[in-house]
Amino acid sequence: MLWGVVQFPGSCDERDALHACELSGDEARLIWHEERDLGGADAVVVPGGFSYGDYLRAGAIARFSPAMEAVAEFAAAGGPVLGICNGFQVLCETGLLPGALLLNDNLRFVCRQVDLLADGLWPSQGAQSLIEPGETLSIPAKHGEGRYWAPEGMLDAIEAKGQVAFRYAAGQNPNGSARDIAGVRNEAGNVLGLMPHPEHAVDAMTGSTDGLGVFEAMAGARA
Amino acid sequence: MSAPAASSPHRELGLTDAEYELICEKLGREPNGVELAMFSLLWSEHCAYKHSRKLLRRLPTEGERVVMGPGENAGAVDVGEGYAVAFKVESHNHPSAVEPFQGAATGVGGILRDVFALGARPIAILDSLRFGELDSVRSRHLLDGAVRGIGHYGNSIGVPNVGGEIYFEAPYEHNCLVNAMCVGIAKQDEMVRAAAAGVGNAVVLMGASTGRDGIGGASVLASAELGDGDDAKRPTVQIGDPFEESKVLECCLELLAKGLLVSLQDLGAAGLTSSASEMASAGGVGIEIDVAQVPLREADMEPFEIMVSESQERMLAVVEPGRVAEVIAVCEKWQTGSAQIGTVTDNGLVRVLRGGEVVGEMPVEALVDGCPLYDLAPAEPEGWIYGNEDVLAERVAAVAGPDADAADPASTLLALLSSPSVASKRWAFEQYDSIVGSRTARRPESADAAVLAIPEADTAIAVSIDGNGRRVACDPYAGTVEAVLECTQNLACAGAEPLGLTNCLNFGNPEKPAPAWQLDRAVQGLADVCEALGVPVVGGNVSLYNEGPEGPIYPTPVVGMVGELPSPELAGPSAFVREGDAIALLGPFEPSLAGSELMKLRGELDAGLAQPDIAAVAAACAAVRGAVRAGKIASAHDVSDGGLACALAEAAIGSGFGCQVDLQHLRERGCSPEEALFGEGVGGFLISGEREKLEALAGEGVAVLPLGKVGGAAVEVAAGDRSLTVPVADAERAWHSLSGRAESIAV
Repeated sequence: MLWGVVQFPGSCDERDALHACELSGDEARLIWHEERDLGGADAVVVPGGFSYGDYLRAGAIARFSPAMEAVAEFAAAGGPVLGICNGFQVLCETGLLPGALLLNDNLRFVCRQVDLLADGLWPSQGAQSLIEPGETLSIPAKHGEGRYWAPEGMLDAIEAKGQVAFRYAAGQNPNGSARDIAGVRNEAGNVLGLMPHPEHAVDAMTGSTDGLGVFEAMAGARA
Repeated sequence: MSAPAASSPHRELGLTDAEYELICEKLGREPNGVELAMFSLLWSEHCAYKHSRKLLRRLPTEGERVVMGPGENAGAVDVGEGYAVAFKVESHNHPSAVEPFQGAATGVGGILRDVFALGARPIAILDSLRFGELDSVRSRHLLDGAVRGIGHYGNSIGVPNVGGEIYFEAPYEHNCLVNAMCVGIAKQDEMVRAAAAGVGNAVVLMGASTGRDGIGGASVLASAELGDGDDAKRPTVQIGDPFEESKVLECCLELLAKGLLVSLQDLGAAGLTSSASEMASAGGVGIEIDVAQVPLREADMEPFEIMVSESQERMLAVVEPGRVAEVIAVCEKWQTGSAQIGTVTDNGLVRVLRGGEVVGEMPVEALVDGCPLYDLAPAEPEGWIYGNEDVLAERVAAVAGPDADAADPASTLLALLSSPSVASKRWAFEQYDSIVGSRTARRPESADAAVLAIPEADTAIAVSIDGNGRRVACDPYAGTVEAVLECTQNLACAGAEPLGLTNCLNFGNPEKPAPAWQLDRAVQGLADVCEALGVPVVGGNVSLYNEGPEGPIYPTPVVGMVGELPSPELAGPSAFVREGDAIALLGPFEPSLAGSELMKLRGELDAGLAQPDIAAVAAACAAVRGAVRAGKIASAHDVSDGGLACALAEAAIGSGFGCQVDLQHLRERGCSPEEALFGEGVGGFLISGEREKLEALAGEGVAVLPLGKVGGAAVEVAAGDRSLTVPVADAERAWHSLSGRAESIAV
């Protein structure tokens, strides 16, 4: 299992994502934003940070990078793609995921451990779902533009199709996201984006290991 | 280049007549405009330390673990396995007082560059902030801007902000303090010094292009030269671009890992002028800069403007001529600028060219070391020179209701917990990414010091930044000793032993007798305590002339320390852990109301503090450090602002458990019930754990007083006629009141 972690100028959490992929027992390497080839990666992480500075709108420039063109093709062919924080924003900008991420409702950056409730349809191994709906994961969130938004009709549709992957636990929505949505997947289930950072929840030393399951589940998310 | 205008441009640039004459003498002629601009900056207090350099010679700078000391971009200490930890604290006070967001943001940017200029990857930021009282609109504006600015820069560049402190005191109303500290990790064999070397080597400017931003001290000259008043209106506060910095950072680390640089220096205050001159001075060489080769944001910039511009996100490197192309290729990969702008020479001169034309030529020695150093004329002021205002009743009413009795100790505790300087700073630190980099083993407020894993060297470090200006104002010597001891205590609570110290000395005008006295006594205190503890001072920064219309700020030495502990998992929490655990007070804590938060609220501050017993505090730190590492105690928290009652409440709030405590044993040391509850001083550790293990920590020179046990839903403290009971939920509400008050500002 080889993970590719896309690195843009301005990425911040790409080394953390590499580390998390390795801790979950796989190999991982960085993919420079100018590369048009994913180098045989079996799954891709689009990591957190501020791609190209994100001065315009989070993810608005990264979507045009050669590496993201390759990621879009990879996703279309069923390859598993995990977008975290800025990566989630990029995937929404790219159109691989529904909805958009707006400025937090209090207009401030927030860094806080939050409880996430797993929701919707997760990949399974045999009859066993890798993440059980209703399972609570303790994972840190840190972002200034994390308020998930979509038109009401689209929210109804993605809920009906089991595309909501994570919600913030009651009372823990840190940014005003619609319907407490913290993460969504595409209809085929092979592309997942979430604002909180599972790569920062892979080691008890730094607070939690609940994020490892997200990497394991996505490794098996080939559509 | 025209000569400076007829009036005294040197005075307007801050040089005295005697200094100007000395410059003429060293040059053998009058300086031209370019030269005068460069001299005025390098001979400023900021660059030349002309009022502080003599004092700073008192500080101990040597130690077995020191890899780089003062004089380099940052200090560095050995952490084993071929790695070093680099760190430095620096001020950005005046820019932040003018424009808090950009001032604080570029303060972070500047200290990051100091650290990666050594070849160290920044792994943590800490900050120490001072504002006027929170009920002032101006203070809330400055607080909001500075916190947003620090967050903006650090979050965007992906360096975690792991700790810090904020105090609110009236003397900072017009002159806030923004001190930022950066910690980095480097392979020792990839580190570089700032000294230029190798005659004939190329001088390469990397990073952002050069604009007119930050031309502060020289703006008067700009008007005189151009005859155009518009230039005076240009912003003198620099604008930060963390994206550019993140590219420059990665670019520099790649260049160093490939061994392509001879030396590296960041461009900070005084821009190219100070970087080029200081690199030449450190290497004992000359340097030639052609301003026509400098990439500009505005085409029509004058040579002096290019030389003094403080545009951010720029680095200056010395490169062997055969490797310039490789360096430029790496810069292009990272999409950041690069240009060869000069060469290293053997003539001992800083020579500035525009195309072929020489527009300035000065001996390096005259520029960098020629500035006269001044002796201070210190005089101890009589008594308390700052104000006093009784706000206790008002604060009690705000937190406990209008009917609450201000004399009731439970109300006093709530008022202290809600005092902005004591209250939780969660509102601020949640705006900072504290976890990027996957090293943060103890996040803000979970322990007394931040703890970072250093897997490269199979070890961990704890970092803390401390300073209490009010106590230094009461007694500059004792207050400064206390700042270092408190920092040492914070490290001990995390199980860490100090490796080195950096400091930022924030003081008033050194040409006035009282601030001069404060500075002199504070530096002596710093020297003595570091000597006694065996902790080397590996770097620092001085910020003088911090004054408002009502006088100087509180004298504020801020100290940052890095300590080592064998493993990040060993660090304990500061909050209680288990119901039923015993609670004890360890160390030579002799609480006094002098200089305390309570005396501040009562408006009864006065000069004078007890002199700390450094050896006794050091012994207590060693005992706690050993106990934490051996897992003998469940929690450790140093007793600080607001005294033992506040320390107990904080340990309770963090755990959700109450406590039952009797201060009888402490009162037997001769203090009153009120002193036992709210008195302050160094040397006290509030520890919890199994009773036998706590009592076994008592030994030679280390006293352990049993206090009580963890449990219940209230903080219950028996202290004679001042006994108090406060539900943990009430204490928590008071302690978390900062967010509501700071948020009310959002305009």
